[in-house]
Amino acid sequence: MSAPAAHHYTSTGLDSRKIAIWAFIGSECMLFVSLISTYLIYKGRSLVGPYPHDIYTSPSGEVFKPILNIPVTSASTFVLLMSSLFMVLALSAVQNKNLPKRTRGDRILGSSKLWLWGTAIAGTTFLAFQAYEFTSFVHEGLTIRTNLFGSSFFTLTGFHGAHVTAGVIWLVTLLAIDYRRGLGPADAMNVDLAALYWHFVDVVWIVIFTLIYLIQ
Amino acid sequence: MEHQPNHSDPAATTPEAHGEEQHHPGWSTYWKVALILTLITVAEVWAYYIPSFVASRAFVPSLLIMSAVKFVIVVAFYMHLKYDHKLFRALFTGPLLIAALTLISLLFLFGQLVARFGR
Repeated sequence: MSAPAAHHYTSTGLDSRKIAIWAFIGSECMLFVSLISTYLIYKGRSLVGPYPHDIYTSPSGEVFKPILNIPVTSASTFVLLMSSLFMVLALSAVQNKNLPKRTRGDRILGSSKLWLWGTAIAGTTFLAFQAYEFTSFVHEGLTIRTNLFGSSFFTLTGFHGAHVTAGVIWLVTLLAIDYRRGLGPADAMNVDLAALYWHFVDVVWIVIFTLIYLIQ
Repeated sequence: MEHQPNHSDPAATTPEAHGEEQHHPGWSTYWKVALILTLITVAEVWAYYIPSFVASRAFVPSLLIMSAVKFVIVVAFYMHLKYDHKLFRALFTGPLLIAALTLISLLFLFGQLVARFGR
């Protein structure tokens, strides 16, 4: 493909794909804020347990402990934050692919495959943490139909997990292209778009982690 | 040139001319940002496990501030919004502002803020 045909410039001189991804991210902000609003409005209004931060004793005498597992979620939050670091290093590696790599450190930092793999693995690890969390919640008696907390919690974190899944699929397609013909500076915009989406998913989790998990 | 647009006057329409992509930070900045994000996350979780602090009035505001700082750092440095064209900033902050105002309004109408400030 010739270089001019590969770009999509608008009258602003900006790439239309980048404008589109920012507009998409703006709309996604509204989607997630609506889900977070729903969670916060219903917070503390569940008639039956389990509850996120409080012990609940059912009429039959069954005792439910606070259901949120902060150590596990803290670990998954750390993994997702590190995935953002890997993603930005992948983008940097693609942008600087043509620069000479003199030292071993240069070769490591310049390996787009390494950082894309790192991001995809970290994203998958986050999803594994979420699968573990959802499974343990169901075993402890909380499903999407149990109470208002369950409905709003599973909807919010489930939507976020679906976005992470889409991001991992996007990363895998980039990896496939990288193995097939190699990603270079000409592909930097494509990687940048994926990176912007990935970082957005990360910032959404930053908000969810504080509002849903930490604030009692 | 990497971002050569299909126009008659490339010099006037390149991304650099419009400030689309200015200098992005180097990998050392990215590592420093990751370290700061990790430290803030550790501080958040640490605060969660101090019962006296959780019971205090400072708990929720401090967590919100730490979360906001992390949010801004990721958007500014990892998403390069600090360095990119102002149109991208507007496309992000505009909807974010509307969303934030909607969230606050909904909390006043239906949520916890009703109990705190009255109807």
